[in-house]
Amino acid sequence: MLVKHNAPGIFPGAFRFRTLLAAALLMWTAGCRPAPVPDLVIHNTSEPETVDPQILTGQPDGRIGASLFEGLTRFNPETGRAMPGLAERWEISPDGRTYTFHLRPGLAFSTGEPIAAADVVWSWNRAVDPATAADYAGFFFYVRNGKAINTSAAAPSVRPPLGIRALDPLTVEVELENPTPFFPDLCGMRIMAVVPRFAIERYGDQWVRHDPVPCSGPYQLVSWRPNDRIRLRKNPHYWDVEHVRSDTIDVLSGDSPSTALNLFLTGKIDFIVDKTVIPIELADLLRRRPEFHPFNYLGNYFIRFNCTRKPFDDPRVRRAFGLVIDKRRLVERITRMGERPADALVPPGTEGYVGARGLGRNALDAATPAAYEEAMARNVEEARRWLAEAGFPGGHGFPRFSYMFNSGGGSGARMHEQIGVEMQEMLRRHLGIEFDLRPVEYKTYLSEMSRLNFDMIRGSWIGDYNDPTTFLDLFLADNGNNRTGWKNARYDELMAGAAATAAPEKRFDLLREAETLLVRDEVPIIPICYYVGFFAFDPERVGGIYANMTDEHPFWAIYRKGALPR
Amino acid sequence: MLRRILLLIPLTWVIVTLAFFLVRVAPGGPFDRERKPASPQVEAALRQKYHLDETPFSQYLRFLGLKWEARPDGSWHRAEGGLLVGDFGLSLKYRNHSVTDIILQGLPVSLVLGWLAFGFAIGTGIPIGFATAIRKGGWADAAGSMAAILMVCVPGFVIGPILVLVAGLKLGWFPVGLWGSPMHAVLPMITLGLYFSGRVARLMREGMVQALQSEFIRTARAKGLGEFSVLLRHAFRLAVMPVLSYSGPMLADLLTGSFVVENIFQIPGIGVFMVNASLSRDYPMVVGLVLLYAVLLLVLNLVVDVAYGFLDPRVKHG
Amino acid sequence: MISGKQPRPLTPRQRAWRRFRNNTPAVVSAVFLLTMLLLALAVPVLSGHGAAQGSDTQFAPPDAAHWWGTDVHGRDVLTRVFAGARLSFLVGGVGAAVSLVIGVCWGMVAGYVGGRVDGAMMRFVDILYSLPSVVFVIVLITTLEDHLKGILNRVSPQSAGAARLLFLFVGLGAVSWLTMARIVRGQVLSLRTRPFVLASRALGASDARILFRHILPNVAGVVIVYLTLTVPSIILYESFLSYLGLGIQPPQASLGSLIAEGAAQINPIRTYWWLIVFPGGVLASALLALNLLGDGLRDALDPRSG
Repeated sequence: MLVKHNAPGIFPGAFRFRTLLAAALLMWTAGCRPAPVPDLVIHNTSEPETVDPQILTGQPDGRIGASLFEGLTRFNPETGRAMPGLAERWEISPDGRTYTFHLRPGLAFSTGEPIAAADVVWSWNRAVDPATAADYAGFFFYVRNGKAINTSAAAPSVRPPLGIRALDPLTVEVELENPTPFFPDLCGMRIMAVVPRFAIERYGDQWVRHDPVPCSGPYQLVSWRPNDRIRLRKNPHYWDVEHVRSDTIDVLSGDSPSTALNLFLTGKIDFIVDKTVIPIELADLLRRRPEFHPFNYLGNYFIRFNCTRKPFDDPRVRRAFGLVIDKRRLVERITRMGERPADALVPPGTEGYVGARGLGRNALDAATPAAYEEAMARNVEEARRWLAEAGFPGGHGFPRFSYMFNSGGGSGARMHEQIGVEMQEMLRRHLGIEFDLRPVEYKTYLSEMSRLNFDMIRGSWIGDYNDPTTFLDLFLADNGNNRTGWKNARYDELMAGAAATAAPEKRFDLLREAETLLVRDEVPIIPICYYVGFFAFDPERVGGIYANMTDEHPFWAIYRKGALPR
Repeated sequence: MLRRILLLIPLTWVIVTLAFFLVRVAPGGPFDRERKPASPQVEAALRQKYHLDETPFSQYLRFLGLKWEARPDGSWHRAEGGLLVGDFGLSLKYRNHSVTDIILQGLPVSLVLGWLAFGFAIGTGIPIGFATAIRKGGWADAAGSMAAILMVCVPGFVIGPILVLVAGLKLGWFPVGLWGSPMHAVLPMITLGLYFSGRVARLMREGMVQALQSEFIRTARAKGLGEFSVLLRHAFRLAVMPVLSYSGPMLADLLTGSFVVENIFQIPGIGVFMVNASLSRDYPMVVGLVLLYAVLLLVLNLVVDVAYGFLDPRVKHG
Repeated sequence: MISGKQPRPLTPRQRAWRRFRNNTPAVVSAVFLLTMLLLALAVPVLSGHGAAQGSDTQFAPPDAAHWWGTDVHGRDVLTRVFAGARLSFLVGGVGAAVSLVIGVCWGMVAGYVGGRVDGAMMRFVDILYSLPSVVFVIVLITTLEDHLKGILNRVSPQSAGAARLLFLFVGLGAVSWLTMARIVRGQVLSLRTRPFVLASRALGASDARILFRHILPNVAGVVIVYLTLTVPSIILYESFLSYLGLGIQPPQASLGSLIAEGAAQINPIRTYWWLIVFPGGVLASALLALNLLGDGLRDALDPRSG
């Protein structure tokens, strides 16, 4: 702090400046708590909106929620499928509609209170109660009376009871509406987790803000600074505490991909968990490096038509559009993370299911670039025929419309715009159709989408569990997420038939028939690509992270190898 | 003077009221998401929980803390919270935090960074402006002015990444992001302050050039005062006037954080919330931040106006 | 030549013009800016590439076919930069004009009249300044855009795309004049008690005459300097709004949005430098010229310089 050349008197303000500096430094130290270095630093993208496992909706929230709270099952870090959690085992009745779960003895919250079967029952009843206002309560619709309760405006006392009861302190029996082969996966979802009744009844909605938060999962909440970091510490009462690999984890929040990359490259972050903070501009280079790992998972990118508006109420028009979109070009030039171009809704790799063959599949099956070009040329011919048949030969008389997408979310949103620009070129060249791009900020986008106030709009969907219905349910006539105005009685009938069928083969056949109707014949959506997940960690330094279809990477399995100094 | 201070209250109230209704006119709501809630009942319960089902006016009364509700037993009581008791309510996006909570956690960071950037802008801008003005027409003027203009027209989202690339990654002098030690503040301070520094330099140069031509200075020179005294004691006082009128809004902008800088350096200030709260229709958050900003701006402008009187004896307040 | 004729005394305007002509940097800047404007009009037409026309050569570095390289869609950067410059100059010009007309008048009246009027006018500025401009623009666009589009559609379908641009101008204009008003008012406040103002008032000059003949020339310097600072901030604010989806509609480009696109490419692994250097260079050089021109103008117009 010595300034030698500073002759006193010339800068009379120097002293005051120093006081100011001291004051500033003081404020600084007041703003930061002295924190021990964590065992692991994870970049978790956006700031979580809430960590209440039954209220949360976002993926970043979910990762914290799953670390703090656990349900009857939890996810296997390698496969992403359900494995025993608070329940050590379960039995399924022959008709597939009754599950009997056996809790582990001696379970407790991080604050020491015991966890019993009644806590599971209470937690589930809280989540399904419409007054709790849990967005994801739909997962309980598979449980008997779940839908009836959640859609009821009646007082709680006159509602039918939820199909779950405690047979004894260690046994829970669940009755389902239909045989649901993926039910154990559902039980691992955040909303199915066990939450502390005593804390919630005492503090209400803000119970996660009252220290200490009683946690049922592998970690407990130490501190939470919005837009900065959440610190987690191992829960000493967790039943599997010896397999929780890292004692303390700092979970950072941030939205800038280039910052995340810089922090990762300078060793400040051990694990970037989500592709939303991977700079898309560099994806093609990064995915060849050993620290960056693309993997397939259950998610897709597609375009919705507004089927209630002319001329998109005509399937021939929609088919023509779907045929001329060069999806291979889009994934190679724009998305660049190694996505697979899509012709159907359900991503390949959904366990046991062989998906429908959608429009333009012939091109995607082409082995060589030349064969692809040839198939695309044939598809363009077919598209022109459809368009002419619909009354717009050569695109003449086609009304000017716009393609809406959300903007302003960093590199992801830039990608939406770039896909739009490429499509403009494709439709102009192949069909002679011109349209406008209409970027809108996110909330306007959502509001216009649910009000069906668009012509064509960007869409995407992330599967919740490993089963085709997590995608196919979307386009049921009464599904709130349909958002195309498309209604098809045959589709609904096939889906209902599948729901009532227990035999897996038969069930998948029905689902495939429905999907074919969706992506080959009726085409209310144009599938663009199946997402890839993309995360970053140095395999030499960090372990316990595996690629899987459900994009589940439980924090308890992740650890830093050796004791490398930072 | 006292009247000006008292005027702050109704003025703030007008601003907050406008913001309250303006943000509710924008399409979409805080709970619109990519996925619909499980059932219409859930949606209704959500709106009810946060009183979004009430009329805007009733919500406004509740926000002010003037809402009276009937209890089940028929007696009336004032609804909890409200602006009058200093409560903005819960953030509708970050639902586990109150608006006050978020502001209190982020504001110290923004204040520190803002003051540093202000110091940087004044500390570099005034000398550059001063030097370019007294050497007007020379090469120093050309170089200084050019530098100042470049500072103004190279945006933070360009200068920030370049600084990170050079001083953070290539040279390794400073951390590339996050907040903690004083070293963490250097690059954000420069990124944030550079633009303002350029503006201050330009305004200072202009003020100084004018001051040197004024009859006031000619008189001072004619009186045979030393050049140093003329420049610093007399001209300077006149010359900082445009900088002074600019520094009110400038400081208000700096102290409430910067979306771009906080985003680039992953700094937990409140600048990110200033933009994101509007985008996510986080009504209470928007109103809370507007109030904070308005109070800061009004007070700073008041301070600037008072400072005017001190620096320029010819300005009289009526 | 026996008797050299005494040169006729020059009018103030002629003197100003002479002073300006002798200021080499200002003249060079003026020529440069004019060239830029011409290029912005001509290059997108003459380059042989459409501003929105894609190709298969993605991210090609500068070469003979594409002098300034190509972008993600294989579009010619040279064409896009000048097409973007056209739009940015327009946005900057409109913003500066609003700031000049409203800001200067508002500030002068407030500062000159003083008292309660001053208080009321400046508090109005404070109110506008405090409101979140992002929300303002969102509300403006979402509530009015469809209506305006409908009207424009009836006039001519081609102009419907201009609706967004129009709102951009209104939105940018609404925020651009506020600081200008504050600065002008501050200047006027100190000018109105100067001897020359008091003298001309004593001689019975009207308020309007005092304002426009005596005060305006004296604030012109600050106004010009601040105006040249307003232009870059408006151009960059436009790119922020565009980033949020509230600005121009792709595939249109502005210098700001091109620079924002290029800035995303600044990273330690691979930098497509032409995406940031060329749009950034054009913006910086144009603004530099604008500022030097501003300096020349203020010197020329200054009533006190000889």
